[in-house]
Amino acid sequence: MRHIISPTDLTVSELTDLLNLAEKIIQNPKKYSEVCRGKKLATLFYEPSTRTRLSFEAAMLNLGGNILGFSSADTSSAAKGESVADTIRVISSYADICAMRHPKEGAPYVASLYSSIPVINAGDGGHNHPTQTFTDLLTIKNLKGRLDHLTVGFCGDLKFGRTVHSLIYALSRYSSIKFVLISPEELRIPTYIKKELLEANEIPFEEVRVLEKAIPKLDILYMTRVQRERFFNEEDYIRLKDTYILNSRKMSLAKEDMLVLHPLPRVNEIATEVDDDPRAVYFKQAEYGVYVRMALIMKLLEVDLC
Amino acid sequence: MLTIGGLNQGIVLDHIKAGGAMKIYTYLNLDGLDNSVAIIKNARSNKMGKKDIIKIEGKLNDIDLNILGALDHKITINIIENGVIIEKRNPTLPERVDNILKCKNPRCITSVEPSLVHTFKLTDKANGTYRCIYCEQSFDRR
Repeated sequence: MRHIISPTDLTVSELTDLLNLAEKIIQNPKKYSEVCRGKKLATLFYEPSTRTRLSFEAAMLNLGGNILGFSSADTSSAAKGESVADTIRVISSYADICAMRHPKEGAPYVASLYSSIPVINAGDGGHNHPTQTFTDLLTIKNLKGRLDHLTVGFCGDLKFGRTVHSLIYALSRYSSIKFVLISPEELRIPTYIKKELLEANEIPFEEVRVLEKAIPKLDILYMTRVQRERFFNEEDYIRLKDTYILNSRKMSLAKEDMLVLHPLPRVNEIATEVDDDPRAVYFKQAEYGVYVRMALIMKLLEVDLC
Repeated sequence: MLTIGGLNQGIVLDHIKAGGAMKIYTYLNLDGLDNSVAIIKNARSNKMGKKDIIKIEGKLNDIDLNILGALDHKITINIIENGVIIEKRNPTLPERVDNILKCKNPRCITSVEPSLVHTFKLTDKANGTYRCIYCEQSFDRR
């Protein structure tokens, strides 16, 4: 039995298999519509996340399976003070697989220690969000045709943005990747990622403050939202939230085949005028999130297509 | 300079980062010993500028020195018998420490579930970095 807590829990080869399966599903979703008949996915969401939860549920329903779960801590036994360990022990007897989102970092890992069903981390605080990373990788692979030899820019909240951290770790395993980290001073990437990952593995990266200067060299631009819930202080949030906004003028400086990704939801960091640009693929990316989760559920449940 | 007499038998923990001696005293549970213990703070040091030193007199069987590596891996451990240093070493870095270091990340699951064992793993031997196994935050020795 496998759990997926961090995006690097899958080897590069396993990840290739996962993305290949997701691409097969994209080509012929009907073929997979009954493979999880009789199986149940529990979505244990201790904090609100419509998109990720619905994406998991859509994935399981597309595979012919069933779903159960809760969508906030208030409607779960956590409100009565039950520990994550106890909750997962119980849920293990109700479902075949579970996806857990929790505001506290490491909660899905704790669940995996006590679970008898596969646990998928659906986001834990500012820490990891592996299925978003798999979604991002599928989007890049499917639309760019490769996951290596890319210059990837990350823009916005690089300090608290877990999707950014996870994707940097995941892409670092491919050859000839360069990172351009675009953020205000206050929201720079954590030092440990720079030192222990990028510098230790001699992966080229630069930190810049101005989006316009960085955009012409990028193959991928990954935009992020400056999230209110990651700040302790409302003043800091208001001061920084509009710092980096992508618009048509900035897009005119980019390569013709650059892709713009965003984990969504967007607030105002991408002007709506960019939505019609063929390089803006963030809605396609959300669609791919369902396919990659379908593939992951199949892999973890060891469902074979006869 | 303040002078404290040499030991005939015991342990001297030298080169403790200045200001760190009381923490080491607490983690090693030295307050539970009957032995004489001297804590020297801010001693002059050619190598470090300032350092702390702890001297513990007598036979010591109940002290777990293995955890020193996780607390301050630059400490020098001097074992003294009959007034001479018979062994001088730096602490080894344990691969994993349970319930010694506490995770201070307010977003970590350990901050709301007190029954969880606080476990840290050695992730960078060269710099002696330990990370919480749950949230991966590094242990801040300050």
